[in-house]
Amino acid sequence: MDPYIAPGSTPRQSATSGLKDCFIGTTPLQKRLESVRKQVSVLPTPPRRKIPQCSQLQEDVDPQKVAFLLHKQWTLYSLTPLYKFSYTNLKEYSRLLSAFIAAEKQKGLAVEVGEDFNIKVIFSTLVGIKGTQRDPEAFLVQILSKSQLPSQNREGKVLWTGWFCSVCGDSLLETVSEDFTCLPLFLANGTESNTAIIRTWFQKTFDCYFSPLAINAFNLSWMAAMWTACKMDRYMATTEFFWSVPCSPQSLDISYAIHPEDAKALWDSVHKTPGEVIQEEVDLFMDCLYSHFHRHFKIHLSATRLVRVSTSVASAHTDGKIKILCHKYLIGVLAYLTELAIFQIE
Amino acid sequence: MLKEDCASEMRVHLAKSLPLPSNVNRPRIDLVVFVINLHSKYSLQNVEKSLCHLDAGFFLGKVCFLATGAGQDSHCSIHRNTVRKLAHTYRSPLLFCDLEVDGFRASMAQRLVRMLQICAGHVPGVSALNLLSLLRSPESPPLEEL
Repeated sequence: MDPYIAPGSTPRQSATSGLKDCFIGTTPLQKRLESVRKQVSVLPTPPRRKIPQCSQLQEDVDPQKVAFLLHKQWTLYSLTPLYKFSYTNLKEYSRLLSAFIAAEKQKGLAVEVGEDFNIKVIFSTLVGIKGTQRDPEAFLVQILSKSQLPSQNREGKVLWTGWFCSVCGDSLLETVSEDFTCLPLFLANGTESNTAIIRTWFQKTFDCYFSPLAINAFNLSWMAAMWTACKMDRYMATTEFFWSVPCSPQSLDISYAIHPEDAKALWDSVHKTPGEVIQEEVDLFMDCLYSHFHRHFKIHLSATRLVRVSTSVASAHTDGKIKILCHKYLIGVLAYLTELAIFQIE
Repeated sequence: MLKEDCASEMRVHLAKSLPLPSNVNRPRIDLVVFVINLHSKYSLQNVEKSLCHLDAGFFLGKVCFLATGAGQDSHCSIHRNTVRKLAHTYRSPLLFCDLEVDGFRASMAQRLVRMLQICAGHVPGVSALNLLSLLRSPESPPLEEL
């Protein structure tokens, strides 16, 4: 679950800066203990105020450059800070990782029929995928199959893609020392065996730890509300919700599709404060959907588990799979995911 | 809970919601435990509706909230703070327990039986109200903050 304290809420910021002034010169461990204590002492809190980053338009994100990130299903992991990672050594890392993958594949650990053993790994930075100036630069790892033809144009098929990013991950930056690079969100697309090999290499090289990031029903309903709140010129997909009802012998799946404009109209009638989304609005939005469904089908959706939410902005599954459809709100979606990842790490 | 040894006779009545039917003759109720399943918003709504039907006198130590399902975070659709706020509003203790796990269930049963004995007045020197002030969490903020 995510913390009740949003990074953007103003009352806490003033308290944080005050404490920071007193604690200049403390060790990272003291800073960490202080941050944990701050979280505990603020519970229970007033209704959560969260600024939907959806409303920000990232001007410096070039749509062409990030187009390959959209419309792909990414599996999410949270990642602890990387030790002694350097952006200048990317070529070196590419070389080492290629060698490692080749060695692993020859060991027979991940042998698949017909797989091309001539692979190349490329590390590159992703410009513009960050929320604040303090966020470290995002970087991308791709496994490509080496083309058999000597021509320059055939770069080879992309077999696996993974990228590391941090959007508005300031709360984590406060607690670690200079040697660490904090990129808490890792997204992977490709076969599970390749992902496992990449994870092993990173864990060995940078002393970090990956854990799969699951998204629970509470956060999925927040995502549904925030993404419905986003202003879109053109709706590309219907807004859909999927619930899973645990019952024997087989679980029942319920899917509920709404026209995106109707969903936006419902949200607008619920939404009060401009620029912010609060817990009550999310609850009310979901309750309206539940009661409408109950009126027609006499089923209490609130007793079931929300497993998937799909809107024109993005679609998320509870197992930690995400697909981003709109480049305008890419940063907003990543910011929320970064917050979930940081919460899982802490 | 019924498996626990208790000096006096203990009866447990289960109900899906309040109010209970009034045409039945029943013994005095000493402790009311509201069970909230964190996986289901419906159970929270049910509890909230039932709370209105309970006499105010019970809230002086004879009511307790039990939240189950916190262990499986991926299935939770209610934030823990929501139930904490509810318990704080009604000035009653909140216990977390994964009722699916045998070990936790047994220890929670022991705890509830002990609380029941105090609420029924069977433990000399401790009353339900004393217990309530002892169980109050130290992190509760003053009223102005809520």
